[in-house]
Amino acid sequence: MSGMLKNALCWMDDRFPVTKVWNEHLAEYYAPKNFNWMYYFGSLAMLVLVNQIITGIFLTIHYKPDAKLAFDSVEYIMRDVEWGWLIRYMHSTGASAFFVVVYLHMFRGLIYGSFKKPRELVWIFGMIIYVALMAEAFMGYLLPWGQMSYWGAQVIVSLFGAIPYVGEDLALWLRGDYVISDATLNRFFAFHVIAIPLVLVILVFMHIVALHAVGSNNPEGIEIKKHKDDKGVPLDGIPFHPYYSVKDLVGVAVFLFFFALIIFYMPEMGGYFLEHANFIPANPLKTPDHIAPVWYFTPFYAVLRAVPDKFLGVVAMGAAIVVLFLLPWLDRGVNKSIRYRGPVFKAAIVAFVISFIGLGYFGMQPVTPVGTFFSRFFSIVYFAFFLLMPFYSNLAQDEYVPERVDEK
Amino acid sequence: MKKIIIALCVLLSPQVFASSGSIHLEEANVDLSDKASLQRGAKYFVNYCLSCHSAKQLRYSRMAEDLAIPPELVEQNLMFTGEKIFDGMGISMRAEDAENWFGVNPPDLSLIARSRGSDWLYTYLKSFYIDESRPFGVNNLLFPKVGMPHVLADLQGLQRAVYKDVEGADGNTRSVISGLEIAQAGRMNAEEYDQAMHDLVNFMTYMGEPAKLERQRLGGKVLAFIFLMIVIFYFLKKEYWKDIH
Repeated sequence: MSGMLKNALCWMDDRFPVTKVWNEHLAEYYAPKNFNWMYYFGSLAMLVLVNQIITGIFLTIHYKPDAKLAFDSVEYIMRDVEWGWLIRYMHSTGASAFFVVVYLHMFRGLIYGSFKKPRELVWIFGMIIYVALMAEAFMGYLLPWGQMSYWGAQVIVSLFGAIPYVGEDLALWLRGDYVISDATLNRFFAFHVIAIPLVLVILVFMHIVALHAVGSNNPEGIEIKKHKDDKGVPLDGIPFHPYYSVKDLVGVAVFLFFFALIIFYMPEMGGYFLEHANFIPANPLKTPDHIAPVWYFTPFYAVLRAVPDKFLGVVAMGAAIVVLFLLPWLDRGVNKSIRYRGPVFKAAIVAFVISFIGLGYFGMQPVTPVGTFFSRFFSIVYFAFFLLMPFYSNLAQDEYVPERVDEK
Repeated sequence: MKKIIIALCVLLSPQVFASSGSIHLEEANVDLSDKASLQRGAKYFVNYCLSCHSAKQLRYSRMAEDLAIPPELVEQNLMFTGEKIFDGMGISMRAEDAENWFGVNPPDLSLIARSRGSDWLYTYLKSFYIDESRPFGVNNLLFPKVGMPHVLADLQGLQRAVYKDVEGADGNTRSVISGLEIAQAGRMNAEEYDQAMHDLVNFMTYMGEPAKLERQRLGGKVLAFIFLMIVIFYFLKKEYWKDIH
């Protein structure tokens, strides 16, 4: 490093802990050396968050949060704003990509036991991020003011009306009107562009601080801090920078390849990322034949519809999310990683994945007797996976778990 | 056979059909790189659609540029309502008049190809048939009880429904529409009309997303660049990691 730069760094370090933070979180943060491809999704989620914020800022410059102007202003962005179509597609595709990445990130945590002691708070912060993300996506989806924006919001906000005693008033308070209207659009805009993103950024910061305090888990599910050299460096650990910063670049590039593929060739993703009916301006007098939420909400929407009673359906839908928070205390297995968890737990994971995807599928379809039957069946499997976990999670675990990550 | 448009889906009853409104869609084979087709489509659009339906999101100037039509030609031949070239394609019919005349205000068509799909539009435009019970004397196989008259009858002529008897699940025989055939010839034969509707739908697909061609053109370059990034980062990672394990 040249003398002048070194002096500048010293000057900074005396006033702000540049080198200290750099070392603690990057150059001397020791991560297990055996991360596999499932470990790309954390950094990718950060990348997508940055993408959403930056493209979001540019969209806000041209977007009009007004029921009379919103739909046309989106088309103005698509047609008249320089590169507006690219920015808009990056943002709309980014929303779905966010959930793809976050679902895979959560699944990784689930199978390798990354939520288990001492990482319970990492999981809890992550779950709050997930809930905030759902709120962010839901409110953002109203902004284009298309038919699905409007009626999707109408359906979801009316769910709050099912709560006894306070429900109707609560729904009214959320909408700011008796139906979804200009008032709703304006407040959703405020929440979407500032309130929730701010919360998200703070939560992501806490998620990472918590992670770096306890250290990363790994596919073997063993603690690398148990074996350190005489300098206190874990024997199976490698500095995050440069090893994982460079490795994550590969993940970033591969992700960007698929991201660009969708943006440039199939931005609607066959109606899953941008629903066809959302190209029709919102019409409060005309209900679409089939109202379906965007794909990332459909598993929970299927749980809602599986329950015959509206209020109990809302409760079940809420419970399906709340139960995820309890995961660190439901799982009583001693071994963390699925590699040493035994056949019962493995079978339960498979059943869970099938039921989650199944719920997602039936949540998109119009209501049919067959769909309702399967939604109910998968809902039961979904809840059984969590609620029975205290009883099956410690069955038939492997006796032997290696001490070191590359022990064969 | 060319004169007969066959509804490819055999329907159990007209009622079932009316509720689902779905018949097999014919492929429009949209090709946005075919400028000549887009230009012909623009001509059909302004002549046959734009008197009742607006396309306010598409500016004449944008169309002139994308379709390589000189702006003067657009002003002379494609603009009828005294608008400026930078204006969107509007109509002079007032909404309340439209509602009185047609029962419903004809929707703006700027994004119709994105909400309905190109194949739907193509099939719709070919599915009008004579039905004296309707106010304008025509009905549509794809969009039963449609409020729109067959404005393209001048080109296509008029089709009539061909019925056949089908035995339903309950054992009763009922008469259902099995296809459409030309009852009264128009200025075009079936092949010419198909081509004209292909051109029109092609244009309407362009209209739904003018940036689509540019986006697809750019996509290849972006993907090639990212692929190069993958290769470089892969070898960079290998180089950094060679002392691990």
